[in-house]
Amino acid sequence: MQNKIQSHSRGEYNVYSTFQSHEPEFDYLKSLEIEEKINKIRWLPQKNAAQFLLSTNDKTIKLWKISERDKRPEGYNLKEEDGRYRDPTTVTTLRVPVFRPMDLMVEASPRRIFANAHTYHINSISINSDYETYLSADDLRINLWHLEITDRSFNIVDIKPANMEELTEVITAAEFHPNSCNTFVYSSSKGTIRLCDMRASALCDRHSKLFEEPEDPSNRSFFSEIISSISDVKFSHSGRYMMTRDYLSVKIWDLNMENRPVETYQVHEYLRSKLCSLYENDCIFDKFECCWNGSDSVVMTGSYNNFFRMFDRNTKRDITLEASRENNKPRTVLKPRKVCASGKRKKDEISVDSLDFNKKILHTAWHPKENIIAVATTNNLYIFQDKVN
Amino acid sequence: MECALDAQSLISISLRKIHSSRTQRGGIKLHKNLLVSYVLRNARQLYLSERYAELYRRQQQQQQQQHQRPHHQHQHLAYAAPGMPASATDFVPAPTWPPASSPGFYRGAYPAPSDFGVHCSSQTTVLDLDTHVVTTVENGYLHQDCCASAHCPCCGQGAPGPGLASAAGCKRKYYPGQEEDDDDEEDAGDLGAEPPGGAPFTPCKRARFEDFCPDSSPDASNISNLISIFGSGFTGLVSRQPDSSEQPPPLNGQLCAKQALASLGAWTRAIVAF
Repeated sequence: MQNKIQSHSRGEYNVYSTFQSHEPEFDYLKSLEIEEKINKIRWLPQKNAAQFLLSTNDKTIKLWKISERDKRPEGYNLKEEDGRYRDPTTVTTLRVPVFRPMDLMVEASPRRIFANAHTYHINSISINSDYETYLSADDLRINLWHLEITDRSFNIVDIKPANMEELTEVITAAEFHPNSCNTFVYSSSKGTIRLCDMRASALCDRHSKLFEEPEDPSNRSFFSEIISSISDVKFSHSGRYMMTRDYLSVKIWDLNMENRPVETYQVHEYLRSKLCSLYENDCIFDKFECCWNGSDSVVMTGSYNNFFRMFDRNTKRDITLEASRENNKPRTVLKPRKVCASGKRKKDEISVDSLDFNKKILHTAWHPKENIIAVATTNNLYIFQDKVN
Repeated sequence: MECALDAQSLISISLRKIHSSRTQRGGIKLHKNLLVSYVLRNARQLYLSERYAELYRRQQQQQQQQHQRPHHQHQHLAYAAPGMPASATDFVPAPTWPPASSPGFYRGAYPAPSDFGVHCSSQTTVLDLDTHVVTTVENGYLHQDCCASAHCPCCGQGAPGPGLASAAGCKRKYYPGQEEDDDDEEDAGDLGAEPPGGAPFTPCKRARFEDFCPDSSPDASNISNLISIFGSGFTGLVSRQPDSSEQPPPLNGQLCAKQALASLGAWTRAIVAF
């Protein structure tokens, strides 16, 4: 899958660069094809004119440098303009090459390739606040890398049981703390989050904190384990809170309180009675991400039917919006949507049964400073921003 | 929470998912298969608890009937327990099973059908790895096994003999043994889930199949017997008493359940191993 950005709103945003990050590979030893599909992308903090990002597929992480070129040197002595070398005997004068402007060209080049460190499928990468190291997590292990060193990584978490038949949970996401370079968290398929301190020991198998909310027994079903699996974990910018996403809800945790979240927001509770069908069509395994706004006052996550949801932590208000071309012309204000769970459907409401489960929004992002959001549907990227008066 | 599907359908759907994940691009997804195994476990628990309730209920009925019937007919106090949804994608006998080379042993364990009104009313879900078809067999006793005990009222006279000759009305049966995929890669192939507080749910590595069936070309009659044992539920074990001709085993709900649970490990291994 290509690292492609397609713009939706006309004229405001354009594609900056397009390149394919990974190629399909074949592991001959295991007779396994390794998909080229990208699982995660993380930007590095900008240090110079170029942009750097890490992208990962199931097995390999790559560091890409994306640089602009808007001028080129002209007037070489030994080369023609097309690059051919001149016969030295024809050079009679010397001149200094000069830079002349050219059409902007954006180049992406792979600078590092971090391979062969993961037996299982990589699900997360996270850059440390020291800007020198990063972690990569697969189903059972988390490795620590230095951005400059590709032939070595350190294993910092290993939850593989001695006997694979005793496996009961896997790692689903991991992230470094935004401020403490020794702290990271990882979430599990059982709905728990573990906070680890790398100063405690080389192998962080023992957590410093375990965040877990007891299950509500009245909600018990065949699918309880599936819907409690955490699909994403994100620290707030402040570092005081973290947010987790499971299938039906978003939870905000205070790092100082382990036994329950401080806030819980239902994303699409009306799906609880549909879990059986969602299991049949595999939608119950969809992994939604979540994100904070710059001030940590609003959180956002995606849903089905190209809906996405925002929750204001201060006002406790929430809103459902839709990312679609048909229903929203560019520059119009998005109209809030409502899903009717059961009973009589009001005007403008959408009934649960008419939701399109193929239209899912798994990835959303919020600008760190502005009220600009990016929302990804299956084939399009939508960029929305605050009304400008 | 009510589910539109019953436990048996959920089990067959889950097994189908596990099976199709083996051919998915990118290799088996450990996380997804772990979650599917939890659904399997939950559905199985519900199904078994319903079965035990039904077994107990039937036993109560039988015990009432026994008081009016001759003694010798009760040497097999095995009930026509409807077949467990033994959709063994990899049918691996557990270490506790006797080796597959004694078909006569198992045949003897079949219940005498004449005692029971509902004999072949069981349902078994089987997954055919060749055609990738999941079928629900209406008769837990497949035709040839029914007729192995010649008294079978519903299947008429005469056994067609061992082998997989399917008769009318019987769905095609799965038999294991032809797995060509190599499973020495434990990372890709293994899956396990330990249900908290429940019976051990221990799938075994596929490599073990070779351990227990050294002659990997399936002996159809032996394997059909094994499947029939599962088809008859745990009653096959229960009635497997050497001196069952004497006093009938004191079958009550608890014993049934205990022996059922004892073989649960075997059954779940068969279900989940891949």
